[in-house]
Amino acid sequence: MPSRAAERDPAGIGTARAIGFVAPALLLIGVFLVFPALWTLYIGITDYRLTGPAAADPRVVGADNFTTALRDPLFGNSLWLTALFVLGSAVVGQNALGFALAWLLRRVRTGLRRTVEGFVLLAWILPGPVVAYLWFAVLSRDGGTLGLLLDRPGTAWLVQYPMASLIVFNTWRGTAFSLLLYTSALAAVPPSHLETARLAGASGWQTVRDAVFPHIRGHVLTNTLLISLWTANDFTPFLLTAGGPNHESEVLPVLIYRQALESGRLGYASAMSSLLLVGNLVVALVYLRLLRGRA
Amino acid sequence: MAGIDVTGLSTVYPNGVRAVDALDLRVTDGELFALLGPSGCGKTTLLRTIAGLEPPATGTVAIGSRDVTALPPGRRGVAMVFQDYALFPHMTVAENIAYPLRVRRAPKERQREAAADVARGLSLSALLDRRPGQLSGGQQQRAALGRAVAAGADVLLLDEPLSNLDARLRLEARTFLKRLQHDLALTTVFVTHDQAEALALADRIAVMEAGRIRQLGTPREVFQRPGDTFVANFIGSTPMNLVDGRVRDGRVECAGARLPCPPGLAEGTPVVVGVRPEYLSVADDGITGRVAAVENLGVSSLVTLDCPDGTLISLTVPEQDEPALGRSLTVTAAPGRLLFYDAQDGRLLDG
Repeated sequence: MPSRAAERDPAGIGTARAIGFVAPALLLIGVFLVFPALWTLYIGITDYRLTGPAAADPRVVGADNFTTALRDPLFGNSLWLTALFVLGSAVVGQNALGFALAWLLRRVRTGLRRTVEGFVLLAWILPGPVVAYLWFAVLSRDGGTLGLLLDRPGTAWLVQYPMASLIVFNTWRGTAFSLLLYTSALAAVPPSHLETARLAGASGWQTVRDAVFPHIRGHVLTNTLLISLWTANDFTPFLLTAGGPNHESEVLPVLIYRQALESGRLGYASAMSSLLLVGNLVVALVYLRLLRGRA
Repeated sequence: MAGIDVTGLSTVYPNGVRAVDALDLRVTDGELFALLGPSGCGKTTLLRTIAGLEPPATGTVAIGSRDVTALPPGRRGVAMVFQDYALFPHMTVAENIAYPLRVRRAPKERQREAAADVARGLSLSALLDRRPGQLSGGQQQRAALGRAVAAGADVLLLDEPLSNLDARLRLEARTFLKRLQHDLALTTVFVTHDQAEALALADRIAVMEAGRIRQLGTPREVFQRPGDTFVANFIGSTPMNLVDGRVRDGRVECAGARLPCPPGLAEGTPVVVGVRPEYLSVADDGITGRVAAVENLGVSSLVTLDCPDGTLISLTVPEQDEPALGRSLTVTAAPGRLLFYDAQDGRLLDG
C-alpha cells in the first residue's frame, strides 16, 4: 500500500520543487493564454477603442456590445459565412478529400504514396502568406493560371466567387491533416474484415460502409471536430479576399479583425470574439456527445 | 457443389518469396481437405490464392469446371472463415450471417429468414440479436461459419479454424465442424499447423513444406506410411523413430540390431529406418536398450531406450506395463510397420 504522502508526491521530489518545475510553463500559459483570454472577456464589456477618448478612459457598458452584435446584420452575415466555410471546406471538403486520398493511396507503391503525401503536406506546412500569394497568382484576373486553364481570362475569381474560392483554397490547404489521420486510422482496420467484404462481393462503397467506417468512427469525429474548430478560427481568408467584396466573404475572424483594427472598436470586437468562443464550445460539446454515444 | 483444380500454381510475394511453388492439387467435390504444414510453408498463401485474395504469378485455379483465376474473390463462389472470424462488431449475429445477402441487396425479410435458417443448423437461434462482443469464442466461430454458409458458395475455405479456441472447446468444435461439413457436403479446404487436427478432421491431407506438397493422402496413409522423413517427423503426436542404418549381408544393421531388409537394396547402402513408437512392442528378438526415461501420456507411457551405440529409441507401452528405469528391454516392430528411407533424399523406399 503506498502511503498518502507517496500518492500526493509520486515523483518523490517534494511539493516545492514540483511547483518549481511546472512554474515556467504555467507562467507562459498565464501570460500568453489565460491573461489575454480574461482581458478579452473584460474589454468585451467596455467601450474600449483604438483611438479617441474611450481609448484613454474606457467605460464599462455591460452586455451592450453583445446585444449590438446579435442585432448587427454584419455579424449575422459573418456567422452564416463562417458556417458555410466550415461546412464546405472542413466537414465536407477536407474530410472527404483526406479520406479519399488515404483510401486510394493505401494500396499503391510506397514511392508514389510518399510523393503524394509530401505534396499534400507541403500545402499544409507552407506559411499562410506564401500560399495566399500562390493562390493569388492562380486566381488573379490578370493572367491567373486558373483563368488561362479554363480559357476564361479576365475572370476575377476572388471577386466573382469569393466564398467558393475560399472553400476550395481551405480544402486544398488543410487536407493534409485529414489524410495523415485517416491513413493511420485505416491501418487499424483488421485486414480480415476488408477481405470478408471482398469475398462477399461488396462494392467499394459497401466495404467502406460495413468494414471500414465502424472501425474509424471515433477518428472521423475527432478529425471533424479539430478541423471544424481550426477552420472556424482561421484568419487566412483575410489574406485572400480581406472579407470583400462588400462583406461577401467576411468570415468571423475577418470581421473581428476589421472591427478591431480598421474601425477601432476593440470592445465590440472582443465581444464578438467571446461569441465565437461560445460557438466553438457548443460545437465541441456536440461532437463530444456524439463520440460518447458511440461507446 | 464443385471440386477445386489447382494447376501449376505459383504465388510470389513482392519481396520475391515464392510462397507457393508450381503446385498441382485436386480437391474432389464434397471433400474435407486439410493443408498441413509448419508455419511459413505456404499453406495459408495457397488458401488465399484459391480465394482470390492473392494473385498467382503463374498457374490456374478452377472451381467446378470454371477457370476462376482471373475472377475477383466475390465472383468465385468461395466463402472463407478467417482465423479471427472477422465478424463485424457493429452488426448483430443475424446481420453478420445475412451479410452476403445484404451485399447482394436481397430483401430484408429474405435476409432475416436466411439468417434464422442457417442459425438453426448452428445452434445460434437464441443468439441472433446479440453482438459479436457478447459471444464466446466458440459461438463467434459458429457465427462466422454461418456467414460463410449463408453466402451459398460452392467452396468453403477455413484458415486455422480451431486455433483461436481453448483446448477443451477445440475438441468440441472439431466434432461439430466435421458433422456440419458432412451434413452440408460442401467442398471444404482448411489450413492447420496442428497434425492431430488434420488427422482427426480431414478426408485427405496435403502435407506442405516450402511451397510444395510433400505428401498427399488420407490421414491413414499419411500416418502409417509417411512419404519422406520430413512428413514422418511432422505427423504424429509422439515423434517417429528415425535411425541411421546400413545394408549388410542382406539385413539392415541399425542400433545394434539386424533387421529384415527390403528387397532390391545393394550391399552397403545407407538407409534411415523409421518406426512409430506406437508400433513397437516388447519381444524376444530385436533392438535392445536400457530404459532411460518413462513419460506418462495418460492411457499409455512413452519409454525411451538408450541403445548400446548411443541411439535413442522410443516406444509406447500400456499404462500397466511400465518398465523400471535402467532395465534392459528388447523391442520389435509390428509386421509391416518398419519403414526404410533413402539416407540421401529422405524418400520412402518401397518394399
